[in-house]
Amino acid sequence: MTSHNLTACHECDLLQREPILQPGGVACCPRCNAVLFRHIPDSVDRALAYTLGAAFLFIIANVFPIVGLEAAGIANATSLYGAVEAIWKNGMVFVAALVFVTTILIPALELSLMLYVLVPLKLGQMPQGLASILRLLQSMRPWSMTQVFILGVLVALVKLAHLAHIVPGIALWSFGGLILLLTAAVASFNRHELWNMVREGE
Amino acid sequence: MNDSNVTASQLGLCACHGCGSLSRLVAGSHDMCCRRCGAALHLRKPDSIARTWAFLIAAYILYVPANVLPMMRTGSLFGAQADTIMSGVVYLWHSGSWHIALVVFIASIVVPLAKMFSLTYLLISVQLGWTHRSLERTKLYRILEFVGPWSMLDVFVVMILVALVQLKSLASIQPGPAVAAFGGVVVLTMFAAMAFDPRLLWEPKERHHV
Repeated sequence: MTSHNLTACHECDLLQREPILQPGGVACCPRCNAVLFRHIPDSVDRALAYTLGAAFLFIIANVFPIVGLEAAGIANATSLYGAVEAIWKNGMVFVAALVFVTTILIPALELSLMLYVLVPLKLGQMPQGLASILRLLQSMRPWSMTQVFILGVLVALVKLAHLAHIVPGIALWSFGGLILLLTAAVASFNRHELWNMVREGE
Repeated sequence: MNDSNVTASQLGLCACHGCGSLSRLVAGSHDMCCRRCGAALHLRKPDSIARTWAFLIAAYILYVPANVLPMMRTGSLFGAQADTIMSGVVYLWHSGSWHIALVVFIASIVVPLAKMFSLTYLLISVQLGWTHRSLERTKLYRILEFVGPWSMLDVFVVMILVALVQLKSLASIQPGPAVAAFGGVVVLTMFAAMAFDPRLLWEPKERHHV
């Protein structure tokens, strides 16, 4: 192979040799400082642990109500899906679809695909169709907006705090844990290492 | 030849957009696929400049209704009220939550505008073939990619308010048409940032050196 350990920066196309990294090290492009890849110790174990935790919290966060409201004896509570439904019923089909995709569909797909890749690897097998799944995960990443959604919930609560009594639901705490675990899972999911397995698998 | 300044494309190599592995381009052949992951290979993102402009101009146009039309209508015992993005920020500011007002102001007004202006600047700089400040412009692009989703904040706020505040005759909140327009702005600017190829920022400099 002429280009076995040659690589091109994905941001400025500079050709360079792949450095050999210390555990925990980061390879950066010398011209534009883009992060090329990282060495993450035990990345499969770590990513699997975080992803399992995140998947568990994701289910709780979607089943239970996020927040409830009480004013003058009238109470109301909503879950994430209930909120999507409410905005759909108000005739905002595009907004409902956008919220559904960015806060339910994409995070759910992301977590299941990561588990689909990580569980077989942990058991010493190669997941089938790894290349297409890695590509899919890469294109989904920017559309996963759980973090932004939670900030939105907090802003909404501040707006309502003057008007009514707020009852935080189980899902609110689960979402809090979920954003931490999700961030950790994505950070320890080492795409570079997994792509190199695709090469070996062929 | 200065070894530290050769790009893959100058040597006829093409990095895959998906897995990053290098493939040698065969002259005159189209529709080549990455030998590792099978993705279609392009030296640069196809029609990057035209597509970024298209998404960006559409985002500028939608930005107007997103700010002029109401985000939500509040109906209560004390009467009805319609709020735009800006009047929502002003309300938060006056009700004493200035820090929340600041968060909403940055996420819903500063970030989308800064994003659209920065992309315009990057596109013009590529089209004029600037050779200076490539590093700074690449950093600007990286920030754009990072902040993209955060402008969805106001859409989520309105959605939660609409779902929660349905207290029969006491108070109710309906979403306004600006929510859809604003969601559209966020999606379009994200597509615009994805269509832009940061490698174009370095190309004029390379042509200069060769």
